[in-house]
Amino acid sequence: MLKRRLIPKLQMKQSRFGTEQMVLVTTVQFDKVIEVGDPVSQAKIYQAQAADELVFLDLDATPNSRKPMAQIMRKAAEEIFMPMTIGGGVKTLADFRLMLENGADKVAINTAAIETPTLITEASERFGAQCVVVSIDFKQDETGKYAVWTRCGKEQTNLDPLEWAQQAEALGAGELMLTSIDRDGTRKGLDVEMTRRVAENVSIPVIAAGGCGVAADFINGFIEGKADAVSAGTYFCFQDQNPMQTRAHIANAGIPIRLHT
Amino acid sequence: MTTVHLVDTGVNNLLSICNALEMAGANLEICRSPEELAGAERLVLPGVGAYRDCIGGLINGDFVPILNELVFQKKLPILGICVGMQMMARRSYEGGEYEGLGWFEGDVVKIQPGDSSLRVPQIGWNTTTFRTGEPLAIGLPADPDLYYVHSYYLKCDNPDDIAATCDYGIAVTSSVRKGNIVATQFHPEKSQDFGLRILENFLRWKP
Repeated sequence: MLKRRLIPKLQMKQSRFGTEQMVLVTTVQFDKVIEVGDPVSQAKIYQAQAADELVFLDLDATPNSRKPMAQIMRKAAEEIFMPMTIGGGVKTLADFRLMLENGADKVAINTAAIETPTLITEASERFGAQCVVVSIDFKQDETGKYAVWTRCGKEQTNLDPLEWAQQAEALGAGELMLTSIDRDGTRKGLDVEMTRRVAENVSIPVIAAGGCGVAADFINGFIEGKADAVSAGTYFCFQDQNPMQTRAHIANAGIPIRLHT
Repeated sequence: MTTVHLVDTGVNNLLSICNALEMAGANLEICRSPEELAGAERLVLPGVGAYRDCIGGLINGDFVPILNELVFQKKLPILGICVGMQMMARRSYEGGEYEGLGWFEGDVVKIQPGDSSLRVPQIGWNTTTFRTGEPLAIGLPADPDLYYVHSYYLKCDNPDDIAATCDYGIAVTSSVRKGNIVATQFHPEKSQDFGLRILENFLRWKP
């Protein structure tokens, strides 16, 4: 049986010295950046704890109009023998190729997917749908209306998350990653409502992210949100919880999850 | 140390499989032309991405005659991975209809899970059941979880070729083996410790 997945998220920013060095950070509502350490060391810890996949997100590539960093992927690929997705700053087929050549298995696109939707189709045809992850960051306004945001939560679009998710699937996306900006880093739990709405209306896998604070939040994401995978950054970075412990909670709730590694 | 010749058609991302094979103890020869395969003792045929490009890379790079010779006359052990396995089929229906190497009787078809809650592509870790005595499964627990990411699979005509399956509404072919040819749909290079063990088993395999 296919298992649900736990995906630690490694958010990164360029080091303040302007080198290719990337620093692991966490954010709260895509703001309030806290430096945590080294992304590759942390990735190795997650591998030892048998996480199911890893997501690396380069947070300031798009806002700073910088190319994505291939170096960090190459470094991780030397020691990480598990699936890795990278996102942030990917705009062209050449960027896709660069990331895949440097050890990424999947590439997440967000702003570029909205600004150039044909990129989804072209990348999917060229590299296979399985490696094209469309990442959707969304926010709710005071009236409860949802909207998709781009440029790392800096720019609002007039797209509805569900409609955009369906469109991305039709364009050839192989997987979707939904992140609630409102809940990011707050540990208040996932937006299971929006997750479910999307999961029930697409036929590609859905990763839910943003807001996990306790193991029960993952369980809600899988059961109520019908997510195929749950990704978390702050939860794994700062808590006394690791993927192995979280997995035990999830298994106890009757959800198929990898136990023997 | 076991030397492995790995076919590089320039189409695929080979970094992960190379790193994993080296971790499992291989001395790697990366072959970008058919001539470089001369003298090989053990082969790996990787494949990532679209079928058309992968098989096109083999054909246009003129790798097919030497591969046939090494596999069927010299009977070298060969491991195909993901699209590398699918290329060993008669043909594939991914994005059109393409002839494969024809080493296994069977076609590569889209996964139709039959259960609408199962998604395509299949992405993630699935319980994999090996036939008793499979050389790749030595030292693994029964029914290990291994990592898959694919929308198409090799549907074999001959059940005797199937070395392992996983359940995805239908029985998806996880591994095939015939004579000196073995291949996996899952990604050993992405399956953590179990995957490295599978690669190590291939390096030791004497068909």
